[in-house]
Amino acid sequence: MLTKLYDWVDERLDITPLWRDIADHEVPEHVNPAHHFSAFVYCFGGLTFFITVIQILSGMFLTMYYVPDIKNAWESVYYLQNEVAFGQIVRGMHHWGASLVIVMMFLHTLRVFFQGAYKKPRELNWMVGVLIFFIMLALGLTGYLLPWDMKALFATKVTLTIVESVPLMGPALKTLIAGDPTIVGAQTLTRFFAIHVFFLPAALFALMAAHFLMIRKQGISGPL
Amino acid sequence: MHRGKGMKFVGDSRISADRKPNIPKDYSEYPGKTEAFWPNFLLKEWMVGAVFLVGYLCLTIAHPSPLERIADPTDTAYIPLPDWYFLFLYQLLKYTYASGPYNAIGALVIPGLAFGALLLAPFLDRGPERSPAKRPFAVGFMLLAIAGVFYLTWESAAHHDWEASKKQGAIVEGADIDKESDGYKLMDSSGCISCHGAELTGGAGAPSLIDTGLSPEEISKIAVKGQGAMPAGMFKGSDKELATLAEFVSGLSAK
Repeated sequence: MLTKLYDWVDERLDITPLWRDIADHEVPEHVNPAHHFSAFVYCFGGLTFFITVIQILSGMFLTMYYVPDIKNAWESVYYLQNEVAFGQIVRGMHHWGASLVIVMMFLHTLRVFFQGAYKKPRELNWMVGVLIFFIMLALGLTGYLLPWDMKALFATKVTLTIVESVPLMGPALKTLIAGDPTIVGAQTLTRFFAIHVFFLPAALFALMAAHFLMIRKQGISGPL
Repeated sequence: MHRGKGMKFVGDSRISADRKPNIPKDYSEYPGKTEAFWPNFLLKEWMVGAVFLVGYLCLTIAHPSPLERIADPTDTAYIPLPDWYFLFLYQLLKYTYASGPYNAIGALVIPGLAFGALLLAPFLDRGPERSPAKRPFAVGFMLLAIAGVFYLTWESAAHHDWEASKKQGAIVEGADIDKESDGYKLMDSSGCISCHGAELTGGAGAPSLIDTGLSPEEISKIAVKGQGAMPAGMFKGSDKELATLAEFVSGLSAK
Protein backbone atom coordinates (compact mmCIF):
# COMPACT_ATOMS: atom_id res chain seq x y z
CA MET A 1 0.00 0.00 0.00
CA LEU A 2 2.69 2.49 1.08
CA THR A 3 4.95 1.28 -1.73
CA LYS A 4 2.17 1.82 -4.24
CA LEU A 5 1.55 5.31 -2.91
CA TYR A 6 5.28 6.06 -3.07
CA ASP A 7 5.49 4.75 -6.65
CA TRP A 8 2.47 6.81 -7.65
CA VAL A 9 4.14 10.02 -6.40
CA ASP A 10 7.57 8.98 -7.70
CA GLU A 11 6.21 8.35 -11.23
CA ARG A 12 4.90 11.90 -11.34
CA LEU A 13 7.63 13.78 -9.45
CA ASP A 14 10.75 11.60 -9.57
CA ILE A 15 11.37 12.05 -5.84
CA THR A 16 13.82 9.16 -5.36
CA PRO A 17 16.98 11.09 -6.32
CA LEU A 18 15.79 14.04 -4.23
CA TRP A 19 15.91 12.27 -0.88
CA ARG A 20 18.57 9.69 -1.78
CA ASP A 21 21.03 12.50 -2.50
CA ILE A 22 20.41 13.86 0.99
CA ALA A 23 19.88 10.75 3.10
CA ASP A 24 21.89 8.02 1.38
CA HIS A 25 25.51 8.76 2.13
CA GLU A 26 28.46 7.05 3.76
CA VAL A 27 29.40 7.10 7.44
CA PRO A 28 33.14 6.42 7.58
CA GLU A 29 34.50 4.12 10.26
CA HIS A 30 36.42 6.84 12.15
CA VAL A 31 33.28 8.84 12.99
CA ASN A 32 31.18 5.84 14.04
CA PRO A 33 31.02 5.38 17.84
CA ALA A 34 29.90 1.78 17.23
CA HIS A 35 33.46 1.02 16.04
CA HIS A 36 35.53 3.52 18.02
CA PHE A 37 34.06 4.80 21.25
CA SER A 38 36.15 7.99 21.11
CA ALA A 39 34.14 8.93 18.02
CA PHE A 40 31.38 10.15 20.38
CA VAL A 41 32.94 13.60 19.89
CA TYR A 42 31.32 13.56 16.46
CA CYS A 43 27.88 13.48 18.15
CA PHE A 44 28.00 17.09 19.37
CA GLY A 45 27.01 18.64 16.04
CA GLY A 46 24.08 16.27 15.65
CA LEU A 47 22.96 16.91 19.23
CA THR A 48 23.12 20.66 18.60
CA PHE A 49 20.77 20.13 15.66
CA PHE A 50 18.54 17.88 17.79
CA ILE A 51 18.19 20.56 20.49
CA THR A 52 17.60 23.20 17.82
CA VAL A 53 14.67 21.16 16.51
CA ILE A 54 13.32 20.88 20.07
CA GLN A 55 13.73 24.65 20.49
CA ILE A 56 11.75 25.29 17.31
CA LEU A 57 8.95 22.92 18.32
CA SER A 58 8.72 24.07 21.95
CA GLY A 59 8.92 27.70 20.79
CA MET A 60 5.99 27.14 18.42
CA PHE A 61 3.93 25.83 21.33
CA LEU A 62 4.99 28.70 23.60
CA THR A 63 3.68 31.27 21.11
CA MET A 64 0.23 29.68 21.47
CA TYR A 65 0.01 31.30 24.90
CA TYR A 66 2.63 34.04 24.96
CA VAL A 67 1.53 37.66 24.42
CA PRO A 68 4.31 40.14 23.52
CA ASP A 69 2.90 43.06 25.45
CA ILE A 70 4.17 44.66 28.66
CA LYS A 71 0.85 44.23 30.46
CA ASN A 72 0.27 40.61 29.51
CA ALA A 73 3.67 39.08 28.72
CA TRP A 74 4.48 38.20 32.32
CA GLU A 75 0.88 37.19 33.05
CA SER A 76 0.84 34.88 30.04
CA VAL A 77 4.13 33.24 31.06
CA TYR A 78 2.87 32.87 34.64
CA TYR A 79 -0.34 31.29 33.36
CA LEU A 80 1.61 28.99 31.03
CA GLN A 81 3.92 27.99 33.87
CA ASN A 82 1.25 27.37 36.51
CA GLU A 83 -2.08 26.67 34.84
CA VAL A 84 -1.60 25.15 31.40
CA ALA A 85 -1.27 21.35 31.20
CA PHE A 86 2.40 20.50 30.48
CA GLY A 87 3.09 24.23 30.14
CA GLN A 88 5.87 23.93 32.70
CA ILE A 89 7.47 21.11 30.68
CA VAL A 90 7.27 22.95 27.36
CA ARG A 91 8.67 26.17 28.83
CA GLY A 92 11.24 24.15 30.78
CA MET A 93 12.45 22.45 27.61
CA HIS A 94 12.77 25.80 25.85
CA HIS A 95 14.55 27.32 28.85
CA TRP A 96 17.03 24.48 29.41
CA GLY A 97 17.40 23.84 25.69
CA ALA A 98 18.73 27.38 25.30
CA SER A 99 21.54 26.50 27.70
CA LEU A 100 22.14 22.99 26.36
CA VAL A 101 22.39 24.20 22.78
CA ILE A 102 25.19 26.59 23.81
CA VAL A 103 27.02 23.76 25.61
CA MET A 104 26.69 21.36 22.67
CA MET A 105 27.67 24.00 20.14
CA PHE A 106 30.71 24.91 22.25
CA LEU A 107 31.80 21.25 22.34
CA HIS A 108 31.16 20.87 18.59
CA THR A 109 33.26 23.98 17.89
CA LEU A 110 36.10 22.68 20.06
CA ARG A 111 36.01 19.28 18.32
CA VAL A 112 36.27 20.91 14.90
CA PHE A 113 38.94 23.31 16.11
CA PHE A 114 41.26 20.83 17.81
CA GLN A 115 40.98 18.40 14.90
CA GLY A 116 41.90 21.18 12.48
CA ALA A 117 38.84 20.26 10.45
CA TYR A 118 38.32 23.89 9.41
CA LYS A 119 41.34 23.82 7.09
CA LYS A 120 41.19 23.89 3.31
CA PRO A 121 38.75 23.12 1.72
CA ARG A 122 36.39 23.63 4.69
CA GLU A 123 37.04 27.32 5.53
CA LEU A 124 33.60 28.48 4.41
CA ASN A 125 31.78 25.86 6.44
CA TRP A 126 33.72 26.90 9.56
CA MET A 127 32.77 30.55 9.04
CA VAL A 128 29.11 29.68 8.54
CA GLY A 129 29.33 27.63 11.74
CA VAL A 130 30.74 30.57 13.71
CA LEU A 131 27.93 32.75 12.33
CA ILE A 132 25.43 30.15 13.57
CA PHE A 133 27.13 30.43 16.97
CA PHE A 134 26.56 34.22 16.94
CA ILE A 135 22.91 33.77 15.92
CA MET A 136 22.41 31.34 18.81
CA LEU A 137 23.90 33.82 21.28
CA ALA A 138 21.62 36.52 19.87
CA LEU A 139 18.63 34.19 20.24
CA GLY A 140 19.57 33.64 23.88
CA LEU A 141 19.92 37.38 24.43
CA THR A 142 16.59 38.33 22.86
CA GLY A 143 14.72 35.42 24.43
CA TYR A 144 15.88 36.52 27.88
CA LEU A 145 13.67 39.63 27.74
CA LEU A 146 10.45 37.94 26.65
CA PRO A 147 9.10 36.74 30.07
CA TRP A 148 9.21 40.44 31.09
CA ASP A 149 10.23 39.69 34.66
CA MET A 150 12.74 41.65 36.72
CA LYS A 151 15.92 40.01 35.47
CA ALA A 152 14.66 40.19 31.88
CA LEU A 153 14.14 43.93 32.01
CA PHE A 154 17.29 44.85 33.90
CA ALA A 155 19.64 42.50 32.04
CA THR A 156 18.30 43.95 28.77
CA LYS A 157 18.93 47.46 30.04
CA VAL A 158 22.56 46.47 30.62
CA THR A 159 22.77 44.97 27.11
CA LEU A 160 21.33 48.11 25.57
CA THR A 161 23.81 50.28 27.49
CA ILE A 162 26.63 48.21 26.01
CA VAL A 163 25.11 48.52 22.52
CA GLU A 164 24.86 52.28 23.05
CA SER A 165 28.57 52.49 23.90
CA VAL A 166 29.54 51.37 20.40
CA PRO A 167 31.39 54.32 18.82
CA LEU A 168 29.54 56.37 16.17
CA MET A 169 26.53 54.17 15.45
CA GLY A 170 25.82 53.12 19.07
CA PRO A 171 22.76 55.34 19.75
CA ALA A 172 21.24 54.56 16.33
CA LEU A 173 21.81 50.83 16.86
CA LYS A 174 20.21 51.01 20.29
CA THR A 175 17.17 52.84 18.90
CA LEU A 176 16.87 50.23 16.16
CA ILE A 177 16.65 47.28 18.54
CA ALA A 178 14.96 48.99 21.51
CA GLY A 179 12.47 51.07 19.49
CA ASP A 180 13.30 54.25 21.41
CA PRO A 181 16.48 56.17 22.33
CA THR A 182 15.72 56.10 26.07
CA ILE A 183 12.67 54.00 26.94
CA VAL A 184 12.92 50.25 27.41
CA GLY A 185 9.26 49.32 27.17
CA ALA A 186 6.46 48.15 24.93
CA GLN A 187 8.38 48.81 21.69
CA THR A 188 11.45 47.01 22.99
CA LEU A 189 9.42 43.94 23.89
CA THR A 190 7.69 43.70 20.49
CA ARG A 191 10.99 44.26 18.67
CA PHE A 192 12.81 41.62 20.69
CA PHE A 193 9.88 39.27 20.09
CA ALA A 194 9.99 39.86 16.32
CA ILE A 195 13.78 39.44 16.26
CA HIS A 196 13.63 36.29 18.41
CA VAL A 197 10.77 34.64 16.55
CA PHE A 198 11.16 35.77 12.93
CA PHE A 199 14.42 37.47 12.01
CA LEU A 200 16.95 35.32 13.81
CA PRO A 201 15.28 31.96 13.05
CA ALA A 202 15.12 32.93 9.36
CA ALA A 203 18.86 33.66 9.40
CA LEU A 204 19.46 30.49 11.39
CA PHE A 205 17.60 28.30 8.86
CA ALA A 206 19.50 29.80 5.93
CA LEU A 207 22.86 29.31 7.65
CA MET A 208 22.01 25.77 8.79
CA ALA A 209 20.97 24.85 5.24
CA ALA A 210 24.32 26.17 3.99
CA HIS A 211 26.16 24.31 6.79
CA PHE A 212 24.55 20.96 5.93
CA LEU A 213 24.80 21.43 2.17
CA MET A 214 28.51 22.06 2.46
CA ILE A 215 29.14 19.05 4.65
CA ARG A 216 27.15 16.80 2.27
CA LYS A 217 29.07 18.17 -0.68
CA GLN A 218 32.53 17.85 0.90
CA GLY A 219 31.98 14.90 3.19
CA ILE A 220 33.18 14.75 6.79
CA SER A 221 36.87 15.42 7.43
CA GLY A 222 39.15 12.39 7.43
CA PRO A 223 40.83 10.77 10.45
CA LEU A 224 43.78 12.62 11.95
CA MET B 1 20.52 6.90 -18.46
CA HIS B 2 18.90 7.97 -21.69
CA ARG B 3 19.86 11.44 -22.89
CA GLY B 4 19.03 13.61 -25.88
CA LYS B 5 16.76 12.55 -28.73
CA GLY B 6 14.07 10.03 -28.04
CA MET B 7 13.69 10.80 -24.32
CA LYS B 8 10.29 9.85 -22.98
CA PHE B 9 8.44 11.95 -20.40
CA VAL B 10 5.49 11.44 -18.09
CA GLY B 11 2.63 13.22 -19.89
CA ASP B 12 3.62 16.70 -20.94
CA SER B 13 5.86 17.14 -17.83
CA ARG B 14 9.66 17.23 -17.65
CA ILE B 15 9.75 14.06 -15.53
CA SER B 16 11.59 11.25 -17.29
CA ALA B 17 9.48 8.18 -18.04
CA ASP B 18 12.51 5.99 -17.26
CA ARG B 19 12.16 4.92 -13.63
CA LYS B 20 15.32 5.05 -11.55
CA PRO B 21 15.77 2.06 -9.24
CA ASN B 22 15.22 2.86 -5.58
CA ILE B 23 18.06 0.82 -4.08
CA PRO B 24 20.68 1.88 -1.52
CA LYS B 25 24.20 2.58 -2.67
CA ASP B 26 26.77 -0.15 -2.14
CA TYR B 27 29.39 0.80 0.45
CA SER B 28 31.15 -2.59 0.59
CA GLU B 29 34.12 -1.35 -1.45
CA TYR B 30 34.65 1.75 0.73
CA PRO B 31 37.66 1.77 3.09
CA GLY B 32 37.26 0.48 6.67
CA LYS B 33 33.88 -0.35 8.14
CA THR B 34 31.94 2.30 6.24
CA GLU B 35 28.25 2.18 6.88
CA ALA B 36 25.21 3.64 5.16
CA PHE B 37 23.75 6.67 6.93
CA TRP B 38 20.24 5.75 5.82
CA PRO B 39 18.81 3.87 7.60
CA ASN B 40 21.49 1.99 9.58
CA PHE B 41 23.41 4.82 11.18
CA LEU B 42 20.40 7.08 11.61
CA LEU B 43 18.76 4.46 13.87
CA LYS B 44 21.83 4.44 16.12
CA GLU B 45 21.86 8.22 16.16
CA TRP B 46 18.23 8.18 17.25
CA MET B 47 19.16 5.95 20.17
CA VAL B 48 21.79 8.46 21.28
CA GLY B 49 19.15 11.17 20.82
CA ALA B 50 16.62 9.22 22.93
CA VAL B 51 19.08 8.76 25.80
CA PHE B 52 19.94 12.45 25.60
CA LEU B 53 16.24 13.37 25.57
CA VAL B 54 15.62 11.37 28.77
CA GLY B 55 18.36 13.30 30.57
CA TYR B 56 17.05 16.56 29.16
CA LEU B 57 13.50 15.84 30.37
CA CYS B 58 14.78 14.82 33.82
CA LEU B 59 16.53 18.20 34.06
CA THR B 60 13.34 19.96 32.96
CA ILE B 61 11.24 18.17 35.57
CA ALA B 62 13.78 18.49 38.39
CA HIS B 63 14.36 22.20 37.82
CA PRO B 64 11.29 24.14 36.64
CA SER B 65 12.37 27.19 34.68
CA PRO B 66 12.55 30.31 36.84
CA LEU B 67 10.18 33.25 36.65
CA GLU B 68 10.76 36.36 38.70
CA ARG B 69 8.13 38.97 39.52
CA ILE B 70 6.81 41.19 36.77
CA ALA B 71 9.24 43.85 35.53
CA ASP B 72 9.09 47.00 37.64
CA PRO B 73 11.21 49.76 36.05
CA THR B 74 10.90 51.89 39.22
CA ASP B 75 12.89 49.40 41.32
CA THR B 76 16.32 50.91 40.77
CA ALA B 77 17.96 48.82 43.48
CA TYR B 78 17.67 45.62 41.43
CA ILE B 79 21.05 44.12 40.50
CA PRO B 80 20.77 42.41 37.10
CA LEU B 81 22.64 39.34 35.91
CA PRO B 82 22.71 37.97 32.36
CA ASP B 83 22.28 34.30 31.49
CA TRP B 84 25.29 32.16 32.49
CA TYR B 85 26.80 32.00 29.00
CA PHE B 86 27.22 35.77 28.93
CA LEU B 87 28.78 35.99 32.39
CA PHE B 88 32.35 36.04 31.05
CA LEU B 89 31.60 39.11 28.91
CA TYR B 90 29.80 40.71 31.84
CA GLN B 91 32.70 40.05 34.19
CA LEU B 92 35.18 41.54 31.72
CA LEU B 93 33.39 44.90 32.05
CA LYS B 94 34.14 45.00 35.77
CA TYR B 95 37.91 45.41 35.37
CA THR B 96 39.51 48.84 35.52
CA TYR B 97 40.97 48.86 32.02
CA ALA B 98 37.82 47.42 30.49
CA SER B 99 35.24 49.77 31.99
CA GLY B 100 34.49 53.43 32.61
CA PRO B 101 36.58 55.48 30.17
CA TYR B 102 37.98 52.23 28.74
CA ASN B 103 34.52 50.73 28.26
CA ALA B 104 35.11 50.34 24.51
CA ILE B 105 38.03 48.00 25.23
CA GLY B 106 35.98 45.67 27.43
CA ALA B 107 32.76 45.86 25.44
CA LEU B 108 34.10 45.84 21.89
CA VAL B 109 37.85 45.48 21.37
CA ILE B 110 38.55 42.34 23.43
CA PRO B 111 35.37 40.41 22.48
CA GLY B 112 35.73 41.67 18.89
CA LEU B 113 39.30 40.38 18.62
CA ALA B 114 38.42 37.04 20.23
CA PHE B 115 35.32 36.35 18.14
CA GLY B 116 36.92 37.82 15.03
CA ALA B 117 39.87 35.46 15.43
CA LEU B 118 37.44 32.56 15.90
CA LEU B 119 35.59 33.49 12.71
CA LEU B 120 38.81 33.86 10.72
CA ALA B 121 40.61 30.87 12.26
CA PRO B 122 41.08 29.08 8.89
CA PHE B 123 42.96 32.11 7.55
CA LEU B 124 45.07 32.63 10.66
CA ASP B 125 46.07 28.99 11.03
CA ARG B 126 46.95 28.25 7.39
CA GLY B 127 49.43 25.38 7.64
CA PRO B 128 48.51 21.99 6.20
CA GLU B 129 48.88 20.19 9.56
CA ARG B 130 45.66 19.10 11.25
CA SER B 131 46.97 17.30 14.32
CA PRO B 132 46.77 19.50 17.46
CA ALA B 133 50.32 18.48 18.44
CA LYS B 134 51.64 20.08 15.26
CA ARG B 135 49.72 23.36 15.63
CA PRO B 136 51.13 24.75 18.90
CA PHE B 137 50.04 28.35 18.32
CA ALA B 138 46.45 27.70 17.26
CA VAL B 139 45.94 25.18 20.05
CA GLY B 140 47.77 27.35 22.57
CA PHE B 141 45.67 30.42 21.85
CA MET B 142 42.47 28.40 21.97
CA LEU B 143 43.40 26.82 25.32
CA LEU B 144 44.25 30.28 26.64
CA ALA B 145 40.89 31.63 25.44
CA ILE B 146 39.00 28.71 27.01
CA ALA B 147 40.88 29.19 30.29
CA GLY B 148 40.02 32.90 30.16
CA VAL B 149 36.32 32.27 29.52
CA PHE B 150 36.12 29.68 32.31
CA TYR B 151 38.01 31.89 34.75
CA LEU B 152 35.84 34.94 34.03
CA THR B 153 32.63 32.90 34.30
CA TRP B 154 33.79 31.38 37.60
CA GLU B 155 34.91 34.74 38.94
CA SER B 156 31.53 36.28 38.09
CA ALA B 157 29.50 33.42 39.58
CA ALA B 158 31.63 33.16 42.74
CA HIS B 159 31.25 36.83 43.60
CA HIS B 160 27.54 37.01 42.99
CA ASP B 161 25.22 36.90 45.98
CA TRP B 162 22.83 34.22 44.71
CA GLU B 163 20.68 34.31 47.86
CA ALA B 164 20.10 38.06 47.54
CA SER B 165 19.40 37.80 43.82
CA LYS B 166 16.86 35.06 44.48
CA LYS B 167 15.17 37.26 47.07
CA GLN B 168 15.18 40.46 45.02
CA GLY B 169 13.38 38.75 42.14
CA ALA B 170 10.92 36.59 44.09
CA ILE B 171 7.26 36.85 43.20
CA VAL B 172 5.45 38.71 46.00
CA GLU B 173 1.73 38.43 46.51
CA GLY B 174 0.29 41.78 45.53
CA ALA B 175 -2.68 43.61 47.04
CA ASP B 176 -5.51 45.58 45.52
CA ILE B 177 -4.22 49.05 46.20
CA ASP B 178 -6.44 52.08 45.81
CA LYS B 179 -3.96 54.51 44.34
CA GLU B 180 -6.45 57.37 44.69
CA SER B 181 -6.76 56.94 48.45
CA ASP B 182 -5.27 59.51 50.81
CA GLY B 183 -3.03 56.87 52.36
CA TYR B 184 -1.42 55.95 49.03
CA LYS B 185 -1.00 59.58 48.00
CA LEU B 186 0.78 60.24 51.29
CA MET B 187 3.11 57.28 50.67
CA ASP B 188 3.84 58.63 47.23
CA SER B 189 4.63 62.15 48.45
CA SER B 190 6.70 60.89 51.40
CA GLY B 191 8.90 58.81 49.08
CA CYS B 192 7.94 55.44 50.61
CA ILE B 193 7.43 53.90 47.17
CA SER B 194 10.97 54.64 46.00
CA CYS B 195 12.14 51.76 48.20
CA HIS B 196 8.98 49.72 48.82
CA GLY B 197 7.87 49.90 45.18
CA ALA B 198 4.83 51.36 43.47
CA GLU B 199 2.88 48.21 44.33
CA LEU B 200 4.31 48.30 47.88
CA THR B 201 5.59 44.76 47.36
CA GLY B 202 9.11 45.69 48.41
CA GLY B 203 12.38 45.64 46.53
CA ALA B 204 16.02 44.74 46.91
CA GLY B 205 16.48 47.13 49.83
CA ALA B 206 13.07 47.13 51.49
CA PRO B 207 10.49 44.55 52.55
CA SER B 208 6.96 44.18 51.25
CA LEU B 209 4.36 46.26 53.07
CA ILE B 210 1.58 43.79 52.32
CA ASP B 211 0.37 41.50 55.09
CA THR B 212 2.81 42.93 57.61
CA GLY B 213 0.59 41.94 60.50
CA LEU B 214 1.55 45.16 62.28
CA SER B 215 -0.83 47.52 64.05
CA PRO B 216 -1.16 51.17 62.95
CA GLU B 217 0.78 52.22 66.07
CA GLU B 218 3.73 49.96 65.24
CA ILE B 219 3.77 51.20 61.65
CA SER B 220 3.75 54.88 62.61
CA LYS B 221 6.65 54.14 64.97
CA ILE B 222 8.68 52.58 62.11
CA ALA B 223 7.74 55.39 59.73
CA VAL B 224 9.18 57.96 62.11
CA LYS B 225 12.03 56.12 63.85
CA GLY B 226 13.06 53.75 61.07
CA GLN B 227 13.92 50.07 61.35
CA GLY B 228 16.85 48.00 60.08
CA ALA B 229 18.11 49.59 56.85
CA MET B 230 15.40 52.26 57.02
CA PRO B 231 16.72 55.47 58.58
CA ALA B 232 14.77 57.55 61.09
CA GLY B 233 12.85 60.61 60.05
CA MET B 234 11.63 59.32 56.67
CA PHE B 235 8.10 60.59 57.34
CA LYS B 236 7.88 64.33 57.66
CA GLY B 237 4.12 65.02 57.62
CA SER B 238 1.73 65.95 60.41
CA ASP B 239 0.48 63.55 63.10
CA LYS B 240 -2.90 63.32 61.37
CA GLU B 241 -1.24 62.33 58.10
CA LEU B 242 0.90 59.79 59.95
CA ALA B 243 -2.22 58.19 61.39
CA THR B 244 -3.84 58.00 57.91
CA LEU B 245 -0.71 56.43 56.44
CA ALA B 246 -0.31 53.92 59.26
CA GLU B 247 -3.96 52.94 59.00
CA PHE B 248 -3.54 52.44 55.24
CA VAL B 249 -0.40 50.26 55.49
CA SER B 250 -1.81 48.21 58.31
CA GLY B 251 -4.87 47.42 56.22
CA LEU B 252 -2.95 46.11 53.18
CA SER B 253 -3.63 42.43 52.61
CA ALA B 254 -2.91 40.09 49.72
CA LYS B 255 -5.52 39.33 47.08
